[in-house]
Amino acid sequence: MNARTLHNQKGLILEDVSIQLEGRTLLELDATIEPGTVLTVMGESGSGKSSLLDFIAGFLKPDFKATGRIILDGTDVTTVPAQERHIGCMFQSPLLFPHMSVAQNLMFAIPTEIKRRTARQSLAAEALEAVNLEGFGSKDPAKLSGGQQTRVALMRTLLARPKALLLDEPFSSLDQSRRADVRQKVFSIARERALPVLLVTHDFEDAEVAGGPVYRLESPATEPQ
Amino acid sequence: MAKFRPSSNLPSLIVVFLLAGPVLAGLAGTVLPAFGYLPVLGARELTLAPFAELFSMPGLLQSTALSFWTGLVASLVSLAIVLCFAAAWSGTQTFQRVSRFLSPLLSVPHAAAAIGLAFLIAPSGFLARLLSPWATGWARPPDLLLINDPYGVAMTLGLVAKEVPFLFLMTLAALNRPEIKSHTKVATSLGYGRMSGFFKVILPQIYPLIRLPMLAVIAYSTSVVDVAVILGPTTPAPLAARLVVWMNDPDLSLRLAASAGALLQLGISAGAILVYLLFEASVTKLSSTRLARGHRMKSDGAGRMAVLATMVFIVSAMCLSLLVLMIWSLAKSWWYPAPLPQNWSLSVLSMALMQTPQIFGTTILLGILAALISTSLTLWLLETKTNAGEQVDHRLRTLIFVPLLLPQIAFLFGLKMLFLMIGLDGSFTAVLLAHLVFVLPYAFLALSDPWQRLDPRYARVAATMGASRARIFFKVQLPMLTRPVLVTLAVALAVSVGQYLPTLIIGAGRVVTVTTESVALASGGNRQITAVYAFLQLLIPFAGFAVAAAIPAVLFKNRTAMRLDA
Repeated sequence: MNARTLHNQKGLILEDVSIQLEGRTLLELDATIEPGTVLTVMGESGSGKSSLLDFIAGFLKPDFKATGRIILDGTDVTTVPAQERHIGCMFQSPLLFPHMSVAQNLMFAIPTEIKRRTARQSLAAEALEAVNLEGFGSKDPAKLSGGQQTRVALMRTLLARPKALLLDEPFSSLDQSRRADVRQKVFSIARERALPVLLVTHDFEDAEVAGGPVYRLESPATEPQ
Repeated sequence: MAKFRPSSNLPSLIVVFLLAGPVLAGLAGTVLPAFGYLPVLGARELTLAPFAELFSMPGLLQSTALSFWTGLVASLVSLAIVLCFAAAWSGTQTFQRVSRFLSPLLSVPHAAAAIGLAFLIAPSGFLARLLSPWATGWARPPDLLLINDPYGVAMTLGLVAKEVPFLFLMTLAALNRPEIKSHTKVATSLGYGRMSGFFKVILPQIYPLIRLPMLAVIAYSTSVVDVAVILGPTTPAPLAARLVVWMNDPDLSLRLAASAGALLQLGISAGAILVYLLFEASVTKLSSTRLARGHRMKSDGAGRMAVLATMVFIVSAMCLSLLVLMIWSLAKSWWYPAPLPQNWSLSVLSMALMQTPQIFGTTILLGILAALISTSLTLWLLETKTNAGEQVDHRLRTLIFVPLLLPQIAFLFGLKMLFLMIGLDGSFTAVLLAHLVFVLPYAFLALSDPWQRLDPRYARVAATMGASRARIFFKVQLPMLTRPVLVTLAVALAVSVGQYLPTLIIGAGRVVTVTTESVALASGGNRQITAVYAFLQLLIPFAGFAVAAAIPAVLFKNRTAMRLDA
């Protein structure tokens, strides 16, 4: 065990992370994300942003090689299966399950320790209230606007009680006016709950509002093919 | 290395065992008797005598030529019609309308289609009745060989009617990709006519997806038995049909010659495929120089109409055949040349169901079990592969299609010997296993694309919320794929119901389905009872597809994104 893990330090530590594909190093990153703060990673498409997120969340494809460690609240989760990492993800699209109602989507995320149906239902209802969507529980997710869907997706992620958040350009599908609104909500909730957040974006405004350090990935286009 | 979940090869192994097992054992069981080794009959000496006996059969050359040419011509004509139709009309409303007719026709078993066609075009058939006696002057059925003609024209027509819907659906699936649509637009905006744009831009891209189904069509058509028995020539019959007769001959020594014949059949189908591949290569070579010459062939209106007319002709012939089947199965008396029955009755239909409920029951039970097993196995295989972050690799994919690329008869004889040895011959289990060999490839074909298209991020999002692999599968992936899974079950059911040769040979007369029964009855004289069984062959798959369409409509009434067009 490394000295860092023994400190039982809160937050998300990316220790000497390096990702390679076919012998070529895509990115190298060594960073600590304190609870309630945001680390923004910026880079062109193809710069390895998504493989970084895949590595942290536990989805890295077998053809990629990765070294380094991911330490979450003092525990090394590098080899832990995605299901047990407690790292919540938001993707470019809200990815609400189309065959479930809004409330079913939220209840899917609630841990099974909460057994009573009524308890689960009221947790889902509270979550909707928190993002100003009271009474939307029985609706078809496909009938919601983009901004509403993203807010439901955020609450779904949070209901699973994650210890860290990964945001993969979750605002990119929203139009300018909603964007600021939803973004504000996400960051303030993350701060309230003291969650370390890793934001991947290529929007400068996103990075500015996030307020934390910004890490730039080099574009592979400069390298010879 | 963060591996998402452990990988497992168990489902691949089961699939390989279920497919390669019967095929390899079956081929071995065909090759050995063909060279004189069949200990059950006391034949233990390796010899070429079975081949000598085979080649001394009267009319063997003619049978061989018939199998080769009817199969190859039917396949080429079907492909030409389908490609020309797609070229001329894809992306139009007409195309969509015709697709709506063609898709259900795919589920019609070969035997039922052939019987319907026979009832339509025979001298005493529906068409002759419509035109008689006022136009033809026929007061009684004329003595014309409209079906069972010596050149196999009726048989070829029957095969075309069945293979066109199949190849059409394969083409439709290939066309259904977003980049294809934009390429059509590019070709049109560069001034290319619809058909030349299709053949120069679209076909080269989609052909790899149509190729394997086309080879399967050739293998099937050159070795078909049920269509040959119903519509084909009789003196002599195409090879495969004669082999079945020899196999069932009381003179057991004929089995050796039949096995040798099965190898000859393998050669015929392989030869036809080879000829096709040569044809394909020369077309590719010829067209490569023409591709970039810039001929746009803008005025292709006449050609397009001709193609449409051909397609409408085939679709109407099929629909009319099925209608005639329905009329016959409800007819009490229908004397020539009345265009419609004099008396209608449900009695034959109910009699068939009451007197032989086990035939109907066996058909449905076999179909449902084959559908459930093949669909579950396919899902298990796909889920395991996705989970391990792998694709279903090329070798496994090819293996899954092998049973469709071999003439059925070439390994069914051997498989029968194997089942005889282990005492399973004529049992329900053996027939089910034989059906699975042919049903599994179609289940895989129907399901792998929808599975591949399912956005993998849904599973990931569920995993980040702590959902287990089983929960992701049963609560996210399976419900999202409700529609394709149900369609796959319906396809698998239809394929199982349509199986004639495996049921006949492995069932050994003890496992009888509506399909084997209808073909057996077709050579007899009773049209009503033949029509009833052929009609039941239609009814079961149609019911399956109707249920497959109804369930999601009810289940996802309020889920916009789960609708068909979403």
